[in-house]
Amino acid sequence: MYINGYKLPNMSSLLVWGLLWEIIGQTGWTFFIPPLSEVFATLFSIIGTPAFTKALYETAQAFLAGVFFSITIGIPVGIFMGRSRLLDELLLPWVNIFVSAPLTALVPVLMVLFGFGLKSIIITTTLFGIWIIILNTRAGVRQINRSLVEMSRSFGASQFDAFTKIYFWAALPEILGGVRIGVIRAVKGVIIGQLLISIVGFGALFELYASNFLMAHFWAVLIVLFALAFSISEFLGYLEKKVAYYAASR
Amino acid sequence: MVMSQTKEAFTNAQPLEDDIAVSVRGVSKNYGDVEALKNMSLEFPRGQLTSLLGPSGCGKTTLLKIIAGLLDADTGEILVNGKPVSGPGPDRAFVFQDFALLPWASVMRNVAFGLELRGVAKSEREDKAAKYIKDVGLQGFEGAYPHELSGGMRQRVGLARALSVDSKVLLLDEPFSAVDEQTRRKFQEDLLALVANENKTFIFVTHSIEEAVYCSDQIALLLPRPSRVHEIIRPNIDRSKGVEHIRREPEYLDIVDQIWASLRAYVE
Repeated sequence: MYINGYKLPNMSSLLVWGLLWEIIGQTGWTFFIPPLSEVFATLFSIIGTPAFTKALYETAQAFLAGVFFSITIGIPVGIFMGRSRLLDELLLPWVNIFVSAPLTALVPVLMVLFGFGLKSIIITTTLFGIWIIILNTRAGVRQINRSLVEMSRSFGASQFDAFTKIYFWAALPEILGGVRIGVIRAVKGVIIGQLLISIVGFGALFELYASNFLMAHFWAVLIVLFALAFSISEFLGYLEKKVAYYAASR
Repeated sequence: MVMSQTKEAFTNAQPLEDDIAVSVRGVSKNYGDVEALKNMSLEFPRGQLTSLLGPSGCGKTTLLKIIAGLLDADTGEILVNGKPVSGPGPDRAFVFQDFALLPWASVMRNVAFGLELRGVAKSEREDKAAKYIKDVGLQGFEGAYPHELSGGMRQRVGLARALSVDSKVLLLDEPFSAVDEQTRRKFQEDLLALVANENKTFIFVTHSIEEAVYCSDQIALLLPRPSRVHEIIRPNIDRSKGVEHIRREPEYLDIVDQIWASLRAYVE
């Protein structure tokens, strides 16, 4: 964006909001908004403490496992649904129900089914991330140019070849878009899991800080979480841009 | 008297069984209630170029895809070198109207893709692909991607891919309809050279009368409603004087007129 011919650096709006936050915090208007400088001071003081690194480790573990399952199950299921009319008719209603379902309400049921440990948290994370990945992959596969499919058949491609050499690559722009949204939803999933199932990881920190009105601590952890989710999302966005050159000419 | 008998026998002579690369026997195909092909029989002489020419809706692309094994016929059979066809096979290669290139792969990988699917080792298939990239005049573009090429160059990639698998039968589905007129003319000249130099049978779908007459050894004129072979024409054009003379041959002009006379009633 340009103002009076000067090019503003990326994310200038963050500076504006940060400044506003600092001013409101300094006025002492509400305990809910401590000054941003105080939040960052707290951030640097808690990063590196054993409690924080333990929480980061627990959250990262559950999050990465959940994202792993979302991607490795979601993409093949999406491809199958995009290619097979039968599977699509069978599975689409369920995918549509779960993509819009209030999954938080399901978490107690998962606890009964899978216990109070890491397993339930990973399943919650997967359930948050997987549906949009399936839907996007399916959409990507369904719009593949018919003649690419015919081409692979005419040169004798096996089903496996067609999946790994044609369908996956042709749908890659949509798949990456789905993974990006799925990963962001998985961040929500892992925290909700850690709040509701067993109080561990960042979920435990949020719980602890919020119930003790340690708002600077609360915001500090939220900023860390935001920074992690934002970097992953930006990285996937960068990958999406790398395949954009052929997204338009499929 | 003797002379005319000889001549008659000559024109009625059926090509020998051995000289038929592909034969279509009593093929029918329906899409729901629509009859795309009805009891069609046709033979394609080995080493020659046969065009399937007709107005839209006459089933020419359907027939080509049945020969390719991409579509199943409802009745009838296709024989390639005497063997019945039950799906795509290495004896046939297809050139697509919209090129059907992998947009995420380089020219080299695209040309070698047919060989890749057949399990040929990387170095071997790239050697072979490099030869055909050169043959179609794309040397220096091995590392380019399809979106960086013009339409004509993309179809050259499609052609090189079909040539590199070394199938004896080449199926071309309106291969030049998506390229501009000047490129098309160059393609047609190159196609004549290919037919002369490569020992392959070409089956060529086109809706251009001039293109069919220019390139073909045999033209199957198909008509719609119901879909059928109206006429087999064997243009006897003297191509020895060079490609630039073909369009001035009286035979060329006569056949173009004759075909148009047959087709005009079917064009809305």
